[in-house]
Amino acid sequence: MRRAAEWTATGMFAFAVYLLLATFTGSLGLWAPDELIAGAVLAAVTALATGAFLWARGGWRLLQPQRWILFLIYLIGPFLVAMAKANLDVAWRVITGRIRPGIVRFNPGLHTEFGRTLLANSITLTPGTLTVDIDDGSGDFYVHWINVTDESPTPERVCGSFPNWARRIAE
Amino acid sequence: MNALIYAFLAIGAVFNGLGAVALLRFPDVYTRVHGATKCTTFGSIFSLLGVAVYGFAQGGGIGGTMAVRAFLALVFLLLTNPTGSHALARAAHRAGIKPFRAVVDRLEERR
Repeated sequence: MRRAAEWTATGMFAFAVYLLLATFTGSLGLWAPDELIAGAVLAAVTALATGAFLWARGGWRLLQPQRWILFLIYLIGPFLVAMAKANLDVAWRVITGRIRPGIVRFNPGLHTEFGRTLLANSITLTPGTLTVDIDDGSGDFYVHWINVTDESPTPERVCGSFPNWARRIAE
Repeated sequence: MNALIYAFLAIGAVFNGLGAVALLRFPDVYTRVHGATKCTTFGSIFSLLGVAVYGFAQGGGIGGTMAVRAFLALVFLLLTNPTGSHALARAAHRAGIKPFRAVVDRLEERR
């Protein structure tokens, strides 16, 4: 029963993504019939292959709509601003060559896998910081930082408000 | 609309160019991952936004398809790029490559 629900949820998600990819292909409606068939087959294969992994350890929480709204706000608000600022900073460092690299450790206190993944991807996508490893047990993040200003930094020092947002969205 | 497309493409080209310069100027694999993947991400985001706006401006089935697909490519780029650069950096560190001129290396201390 549980397995069937996992497969159905994954399949529906995969089918929705495929429909988005194939928008406007139809001569009458938005989608051509062959695209719908291809999408259904691919969604079924995807569901059977990955359904069992995606929802393990509290993954069902990701279906709550307020988390998606929070994620969108985070993406176009604080994240985009931080990323643009960091991009200009690293662009300047590329030109001047002024770097002070090192791998620092900090603990943002996240406990779910999805929260850690979200924070690690946010850190890596922001130029100047790069997640090298995460300790699965303690939740320590090892981050390669291009301009080390503090050898034992707090999470706020490295990535600003990201850990709080990751906690709000994923945990 | 054309001015917006040209602005997006110009920003994209500048940041992609900076990514190439970073690949030449930075000293080791970690800093090069910074330069080469991040600057090019920002560059590619703006290039793809340019394509999406162009498709949107064209309108109709073909333009709409172009806009939607460019936008989806952007989403997948944002999802897969950090995963890829994380894998590169982790593999490099496990292979024993030390960060060049590092002031601190907490990951090495753990071993």
